[in-house]
Amino acid sequence: MEWSGADRGCSLGRHAHARATKGKIDVALTLTDSTFDEEIKAAAEPVLVDFWAEWCGPCKMLAPILEEIAAENAGKLTVAKINVDDNLDLARRFEILSIPTMVLFKDGEPQLRIVGAKGKNQLLQEIQPYL
Amino acid sequence: MSDTRDVIIVGSGPAGLTAAIYAARANLRPLVIEGQPSSTSDQPGGQLMLTSDIENFPGFVESQAGPQLMTNMRDQASRFGAEYLTTKVEKVDFSSRPFRLWAPDPASGETVLHQAKAVIVATGARSLMLGLPAEERLLSRGVSTCATCDGFFFRGQHIAVIGGGDSALEEAIFLTKFGETVTVVHRRKELRASKIMQDRAFKNPKIRFVWDSVVTDIAGSDKVEGLHLRNVVTGEESFLAVSGVFVAIGHVPNTDVFRGQLDMDDNGYLVTAPGSTATNVSGVFAAGDVADHTYRQAVTAAGTGCMAAIDAERWLEATTN
Repeated sequence: MEWSGADRGCSLGRHAHARATKGKIDVALTLTDSTFDEEIKAAAEPVLVDFWAEWCGPCKMLAPILEEIAAENAGKLTVAKINVDDNLDLARRFEILSIPTMVLFKDGEPQLRIVGAKGKNQLLQEIQPYL
Repeated sequence: MSDTRDVIIVGSGPAGLTAAIYAARANLRPLVIEGQPSSTSDQPGGQLMLTSDIENFPGFVESQAGPQLMTNMRDQASRFGAEYLTTKVEKVDFSSRPFRLWAPDPASGETVLHQAKAVIVATGARSLMLGLPAEERLLSRGVSTCATCDGFFFRGQHIAVIGGGDSALEEAIFLTKFGETVTVVHRRKELRASKIMQDRAFKNPKIRFVWDSVVTDIAGSDKVEGLHLRNVVTGEESFLAVSGVFVAIGHVPNTDVFRGQLDMDDNGYLVTAPGSTATNVSGVFAAGDVADHTYRQAVTAAGTGCMAAIDAERWLEATTN
């Protein structure tokens, strides 16, 4: 599920930052308690926000799948990550009681909530109507 | 349509990945159909993906996080050439050779046929749920299958753990890091858990026990508010106010897909020949919790995974010569 290739992590719109870590390209945007509102409001395309944490096994399984989805839907969808350990305010605000939880925002409003890790195809099916 | 593999390994817990390490090192180029991501214990990496601290896997002085141990095993097998497919086998035909397995393509969802000369089944077991209607409605709204994932969100709150085995007590002890109190609800008066876990739980000031009791309903419309309990000895009904419920009442083997193909016992566990991993179908081997309701440890799963790879390798040698 891992992929590499320096030419693939670009052009996700002005909000996305391609960031190389340990040879992998991280195409997901990192959001925090302080940047969330501004970034979500400014986003031109739908944003799929993944609430996760380092200690969550299913979150780790999901991460490379979200990276793939982000890379393959560049220009149509931004994938963002919120570490709940560091951003408890956002976790509380969106009433996260279980991770991974993904919330899809469109025009700044939450549209869809997906709880639990899922396969790529299942995720795409749920997200597709909002793209 | 795919070419025929020497070995396909179904499942990617300690059994599947140890089999992958051994099979890859034997140049069998194993394909591991590792499962479908989910937040239950039936997922790539298996039950240890939901385990916080592993203290009894030999070779590690300090406790290991389950997901880390599984990532290491996966990478270790990769290093020797094991390949992975992140999908779940939906149908098998072991009645003729090569053996055939069908699984949806991870990206497109279209069913793909995979063929192998030998198969190692290591699909493990998954956690049982209570089976109450409220449980499904309140899943991820206070009802959780993963203490390591969700315990964090119940900081300073009252939590219940249902069950009396090692997993229940492990979860209860882990959850005391977050909860104000952790109440273990068990349907009997004695715990099945190991002595060391019992000692730790009894000593923990945050843990209390409700004995001889079962959950009859979970209260709350969009968030868990508490548990309705019934004492099975006295018949007395009571209410336990909690905002988090963690279920750890036992396991069922992931063998539905092999029904009618492989011999199983009454509880659905695969039956293997004594001292071997051979199933009733020559060339199909079973390892780990899927064929073990007795030990169910990471290290025994890894051990039988190794056995299965060696059994498969020898079987392949014998049948191709």
